Amino acid sequence: MEEEKTRMPLLGEKAPDFEAKTTHGTLRLGDFKGSWLVLFSHPGDFTPVCTTEFMAFAEKFDEFQKRNTHLLGLSVDSQSSHLAWVKNIEEKSGIKIPFPVIADGSREVAMKYGMLHPGQSKTETVRAVFIIDPESVIRLILYYPPAIGRNIDEILRCIDALQTADKHHVATPANWRKGDKVVVPAPIDQESLEERLKEGYECMDWYLCKKEVED
Amino acid sequence: MPCVLPDGSVAPVAKKILSTALQEKSEEEISKLTGIPIYRVRSSIRELLDAGLIEEKGGKYLTTEKGKEKI
Repeated sequence: MEEEKTRMPLLGEKAPDFEAKTTHGTLRLGDFKGSWLVLFSHPGDFTPVCTTEFMAFAEKFDEFQKRNTHLLGLSVDSQSSHLAWVKNIEEKSGIKIPFPVIADGSREVAMKYGMLHPGQSKTETVRAVFIIDPESVIRLILYYPPAIGRNIDEILRCIDALQTADKHHVATPANWRKGDKVVVPAPIDQESLEERLKEGYECMDWYLCKKEVED
Repeated sequence: MPCVLPDGSVAPVAKKILSTALQEKSEEEISKLTGIPIYRVRSSIRELLDAGLIEEKGGKYLTTEKGKEKI
């Protein structure tokens, strides 16, 4: 039972449900249904790297909104601490934190999502990122250690790639960015292999073909 | 940060929702009209339902007489 409770969720699985106190009231995972969600944990309030990350997430908030994506932070700090920290960030930098932050003092949500890595810290969450789709399925997971701040543009790039892959039933190559050519799925039989050679795709060989897609 | 406070008053977000739901509205309509994110509309409506300040009618929400007193 304990093993099941602490197992890390995997790609393609339904995201674990939760109800948690946040800086925007008590929220459930289901409250985000119909939108994409970036659920991310940080080690602690009033710490330097986390502060730079929160400011960076806030500065890109409009970009997440354009992608029908909500942000939801989490740490084991209290709600009062979160509120004081986001207020302090606004006072010192002029940057308002527009997204909610879970106060996970019981570590219940952190445990469900595998955000506690004892090899890094026995008490604080690592820098986890879960990209969850509108049907509440986990589509992408990133883990960063406490000392390494996240690249917010990479998270946006991942959302672009997932949304493009879903919309056009394609894959995205290494270092893909929105607007670049995408990878056409590999042929499933000889007929489709021969068909694709007539499509005018940009092919290195029959198994690696690219095409342009509209946004 | 509950939207119904311990003294019975309601938070600004809840007031906005109650004012918007004076005529029946869906969660999405309330979000669009108020600019409050959908997740917060859903969360607040749960609390307002529990407090009897709003009622559900076929997937839409309407502020109750008790709710009108809080606006």
